[in-house]
Amino acid sequence: MNGGQSIWKSAVNIGAIGALTTVLLSLIGMVGAFSKRDIIYEIVTMGHTLLLTVGVFLSFLSAKRASQKGLGRVFGATLITGILTSGGVALLVIVGKTINLRMVFVNASPALYQLLIFGFDASFGVPLLLFSGLLCGLFAFLLFIAPPILRRILITGISSVAIAGVLQDLLRPIISIWGPLAGINDVLFAVNGLTLGGGLGMFLIISVVMFFWAHKGNKIKTKISTLPPGRQRMLKTGTWLILAVILIALPQILGLFLSEVITIVGLYVLLGLGLNIVVGFAGLLDLGYVAFFAVGSYIVAILTSPELGFFNMGFWSALPFAVIAGILAGVLLGIPVLKMRGDYLAIATLGFGEIIRILVLSDWLRPWLGGAQGIGKIPNVTISGYVFSTPQQIYYLILAGCLLVGFISWRLRDSRLGRAWMAVREDEDVAQAMGINLVATKLMAFATGAAFSALSGAIFATKIGSVYPHSFNVMISINILCLIIVGGMGSIPGVIVGAAALVGLPELLREFAEYRLLVYGAALVAMMLLRPEGLWPEEKRRRELHKEEEPEAVPADAQGSA
Amino acid sequence: MWLIGGGLIFLAIWGAIATLSAGVYSARHWIDFVIFGLAQGSIYALIATGYTMVYGVLRMINFAHSEVFMSGPYTAYFVAAAFYRSGFLDAHPIVSLLFIFIVSMAISTGIAFALERVAYRPLRNAPRLVPLITAIGASFFLQYTFRGLYGSGFQAYPVFKMLEGHWTILGIRILRFQLVVILAAVLLMLALYSFVMRTRIGKAIRAVSEDKEASALMGIDVDKMISMTFVIGGAAAGAAGVLYAVMFKQVHFFMGFIPGIKAFTAAVLGGIGNIPGAMLGGIFLGLMESIGPSLFLDGLGIVAPYQLKDAIAFTMLVLVLIFRPTGILGERLAVKKA
Repeated sequence: MNGGQSIWKSAVNIGAIGALTTVLLSLIGMVGAFSKRDIIYEIVTMGHTLLLTVGVFLSFLSAKRASQKGLGRVFGATLITGILTSGGVALLVIVGKTINLRMVFVNASPALYQLLIFGFDASFGVPLLLFSGLLCGLFAFLLFIAPPILRRILITGISSVAIAGVLQDLLRPIISIWGPLAGINDVLFAVNGLTLGGGLGMFLIISVVMFFWAHKGNKIKTKISTLPPGRQRMLKTGTWLILAVILIALPQILGLFLSEVITIVGLYVLLGLGLNIVVGFAGLLDLGYVAFFAVGSYIVAILTSPELGFFNMGFWSALPFAVIAGILAGVLLGIPVLKMRGDYLAIATLGFGEIIRILVLSDWLRPWLGGAQGIGKIPNVTISGYVFSTPQQIYYLILAGCLLVGFISWRLRDSRLGRAWMAVREDEDVAQAMGINLVATKLMAFATGAAFSALSGAIFATKIGSVYPHSFNVMISINILCLIIVGGMGSIPGVIVGAAALVGLPELLREFAEYRLLVYGAALVAMMLLRPEGLWPEEKRRRELHKEEEPEAVPADAQGSA
Repeated sequence: MWLIGGGLIFLAIWGAIATLSAGVYSARHWIDFVIFGLAQGSIYALIATGYTMVYGVLRMINFAHSEVFMSGPYTAYFVAAAFYRSGFLDAHPIVSLLFIFIVSMAISTGIAFALERVAYRPLRNAPRLVPLITAIGASFFLQYTFRGLYGSGFQAYPVFKMLEGHWTILGIRILRFQLVVILAAVLLMLALYSFVMRTRIGKAIRAVSEDKEASALMGIDVDKMISMTFVIGGAAAGAAGVLYAVMFKQVHFFMGFIPGIKAFTAAVLGGIGNIPGAMLGGIFLGLMESIGPSLFLDGLGIVAPYQLKDAIAFTMLVLVLIFRPTGILGERLAVKKA
């Protein structure tokens, strides 16, 4: 057998993938953009971290491939992958320095090459670059042969330092209100990034905590589970109380900018919870979901805005109309697509969403809907004199909306209707044979989802103060779909996790903003290939997706989950 | 349901009669509309073949096909620009156009091939929603990768002097580039159709789309044929991309989205899975889009009807999906197999 050969071949293949990935990352400008943010002040930038992560990860992968062939081969494989990965970048630098690639690739600037060879002269920088690839391979090898506990500590420690560096803008203001502990900021953070000492210290502390948790964690867990039920309940209520206090105090902790981010995330959570009912519970892939968001916003705008001057209502009297209009729109758009399934449904709803946007944008309906200029001067929400105008105030409005909608979807999930939705998701024909009324069930899903979306739209309209057709393009629908999928379809906490990851993170990382959709795309593909159930999956769905790997078990499982 | 459909048809007829009796547009206008519609429609038709063939073999919508369409001409733009600067383009316009075609088709083909390998092949037996979502993800990824690589601005395609102006055929003045686009597209479609109908590979592809297991039993390499399908669709999309660039004279990283959806509409219109249907659907859609706003909407007294041309396309899509999911030439797929 030529097992040895195939190991080298796979190491070279993975190395080629690594070279391609790193060159692509450099050329699309991610490395350049990310290098403006230091992880460790003036030592490691986010751009370098990105490239090194690729190198280490891929080398580790080829080590895994070679794992049964002895340590020597593992060592060789990691080094080959590492050096090939850096070799691609080195080649890019050499080619780029001789030919001007900038005519075609806008990001292939001398600054990028300088960055890639660590700011040194080419004669020293290129060998250094290759050497760093070797180091990546070596590090991956060490990770591979390290005992699992040490590996976990190393990975968690390094990644938390990296995350702390990436999220410095978020952490700094939070730490600064800890009163006596605010001094941590000066130790931990430099002007841009962590200080060297702060980074190392953090790494050490996390390692120690991890180490103790690995030893004592189980004991604590068993201790908690052996507590008398009364105490356990107290512990539970305590956690909930702390959570509630944090939720209420959040805008004060976070300050203006972060509150703004949180309100945006909250709006997406609202939207996500609505679409979660349509897609996650009932399995109806709706790509025109933004239409209902638009309906909610526009109804509120038309009813309240003095710019059009039709009704001049207050927000609270307009809100029921917005939600009812959303429900009506959901049913109206739901009826024609009742018989469609899967991708046909997706395309039809996408078509509907676009039709609505084009109509709103057109000059034809301009006297009523404002055309491309939209509708402005939407008044703020007031409750008996208290005005919700700043993000910190609107946060409470959105929090209330999220809690309400979250509670409704949580109760609906376990209701008769919720079970009917899931049955329809699993198999329409079987569900119908079991006596489920498909028409009513599907329309209820569309209507509920649309109602939530319209509510979110209404809040959005008062938050922004004006509505434009451009806020309601198909990308919003797709974003919401993505956050549901990344969070885990059909899972309510998953929606929150997904919204935080896909909406919150890019808002925090301005460098990311330009690459948000690129990362989305890659994350979606990777997610579907590696973890189709999502980050925080619903228990049933995870079992389903993993059962499907054993085809024989599917019928039994479908019965079990119905 | 039928009431709404009937109502829409009635509105369309009423609008058409009103427009025609008002006589705002002369015969010249209508001829221009038709030719523009044919040119645009034949581009849609070429893209639509890619959607329809993939749907035929995999029963999935290749959402990322619009990016396959975008990648070719966007890359070939740099070749065209280099030719233009060196003066080669003006000296040998046909050779350089041919070269641009080859580059564009090669890139689109490569992207389509890689797409299938990375994003779709590992998911062959996954639930139906999963490959659709990867397709959306891959579409984003490709769009923004190209944006990162080539920049986010519109790039103006160099002008072919040869294709400016117009020819007069049978007393009808036709813009040169529109005629060239129509002819090239028809030629390419004929080539593609005869490839699928006449060659062994084409036969194998048709067999795979008929029944995967049975064709595997007959000794056909199913995976290879699926790859071939993507390759052919990619080549057609790359060629369509150059025609699009010749017609609209600019490329952009987002240029694939709208033509992609339109071409998908065309594929559904013609009956998805059916190659002549996709071609017919594309041309029909192109015509409807260019004639429709003036013919139907103008008569109804709608302001600026041209803004609503996309709405016409999408309305047609939704109507077809509702009333005749099989399309003009298709078998009954939408309800049964979907």
